[in-house]
Amino acid sequence: MTTRASELSPDATGPSELSPDPTGDPDSWTNRLRGWFEGLVPAGQALPDRQPVYVASWIYVFGVLTLTALVVVIASGVVLSLGGATWWHVSSVGHYVNSVHLWSVELFFGFMVIHLWGNFWMAAWRGRRAMTWITGIVLFLISIGTSFTGFLSQSNFSAQWIAAEGKDGINSIGAGAFFNVLNPAQMLLWHVVLLPLSVGLLTLLHIILVRRHGVVPPLDARLEN
Amino acid sequence: MSRDRTPDSHDFPTRRYDLVKEFVIALVVVTVLSLGLAAIFSSPDEKAITMSGWAKADPDNLVTTAASELAGTTTSATYGAPYNSAAEGQKLGPIPLQKLGGVRVPVDSADLVLGPLSNVSGDPKLSAALAHWKAATPEQQTRWATAYTDAIGTAAADGEPAAGAGGEVGKVAASGGYGPVPALSTALLGLAKAGGLEGALTSSGNFYGGDQTRSLLLLSDGAYLEDQAVAQNLGGDQWGMMNEVGNAPGQPWMWLYTFWYQVKPFSTSDNADAEVWGLMMLLTLLLMFVPFIPGLRSIPRWIPIHRLVWRSYDRTAQRR
Repeated sequence: MTTRASELSPDATGPSELSPDPTGDPDSWTNRLRGWFEGLVPAGQALPDRQPVYVASWIYVFGVLTLTALVVVIASGVVLSLGGATWWHVSSVGHYVNSVHLWSVELFFGFMVIHLWGNFWMAAWRGRRAMTWITGIVLFLISIGTSFTGFLSQSNFSAQWIAAEGKDGINSIGAGAFFNVLNPAQMLLWHVVLLPLSVGLLTLLHIILVRRHGVVPPLDARLEN
Repeated sequence: MSRDRTPDSHDFPTRRYDLVKEFVIALVVVTVLSLGLAAIFSSPDEKAITMSGWAKADPDNLVTTAASELAGTTTSATYGAPYNSAAEGQKLGPIPLQKLGGVRVPVDSADLVLGPLSNVSGDPKLSAALAHWKAATPEQQTRWATAYTDAIGTAAADGEPAAGAGGEVGKVAASGGYGPVPALSTALLGLAKAGGLEGALTSSGNFYGGDQTRSLLLLSDGAYLEDQAVAQNLGGDQWGMMNEVGNAPGQPWMWLYTFWYQVKPFSTSDNADAEVWGLMMLLTLLLMFVPFIPGLRSIPRWIPIHRLVWRSYDRTAQRR
């Protein structure tokens, strides 16, 4: 592909040559992608400094608590991965980081379950928010799978027993042919790559959907105007 | 489906709300909580059972398990998919889900014994026993191994009297048509005691281990692993799936899945795993699609817990 000299010339400073096309070329894939991104969340709602008046309860805190617990889970998991799969057995620092990982996971699930049931009792799927609810439930399921593979990756007695018991459940539905809980190398890779990636991407989608539709109004709420 | 009259949240009056401040405070709180809980309660790390540990703690069980692998009567030998075709496996109603997965992790249970022993060199007695075994017909092999496991028998338990030698290998009659099975089983015990069994089962000809399928199957075919787990209240009928060793929390979010195994008909069903999975999938789908299910989606309206959440808003709205 050749480039015209005028496009690279330091003299080429005219708006028609260097500025983005003000009319937005509808055939430009870049413009289309930018438009799609910009349309995901209404203007000003991605990170607003105000919320509807009804957002005034402790129950709303559990969504962000779940998110922050996920941050601690991932951060402690990243530190654990620096030393490798068996580091925590031979290092007091590693054991402590493993403990932080375990307890942040326990907090993560505790917050998530409260968040889930809080949203159930608010019927938070109303107002075209069904996909927000569904992504939340799928996140809960994938998180269970992620923690399960974590328990299988401990390389200790618990991992042996959970693998021996867990194989029967997985095998009973034919999934053991593809997801072998007796293979710690496979489980570790699922635990540190595939499943966290899924949780991360789905969390992003979940948050975008929350910001897109806003916080669900109270049941029976009527606008005055 | 009734029309959704939920107003647009963006049309309501607003109040100040600092999302970033909320996130940062939450992050600090959760980090401190995690660091504190870890410092106070730590995390359990009971060392993995080794084949050597099993051989030394319960040699009779390891010998019996080895003989049972040769007889084809262990759990793994009679499992079905994904390890072999020895059984139909579990079904969900008429659907053979386990079989449909296919035999994609093939394991020959007799090879869990013969494979590691075949790699041992410098033991003429073992070489002779292996040659004797390989020269026999499959029927003869099964007769030998079955005669030996029957002779070892089992200890009295759960009101059942002892069988054979009561599970004590040392009390088995010296001759009884066992062929080379006692020699092979005892050789496996020796290999396990020496610490060479894990590597022989895991490596499978590959320098890099990583796949413990064969060693975990052999370990779980014996009684030692389960005995250790039950002693720590981790058995399947002890809600073990959601618990951890000691008092540490395990996976409490598995409580419902674990619950079904404790009650009939699942607790007595041959297809319990598939049935519990099926039930949990159904319940999960109901939860996932609750927004579209009439009745279920109205529960929050019938049981107005939401008034606790929005009481301050409701009071303000009433005043207006």
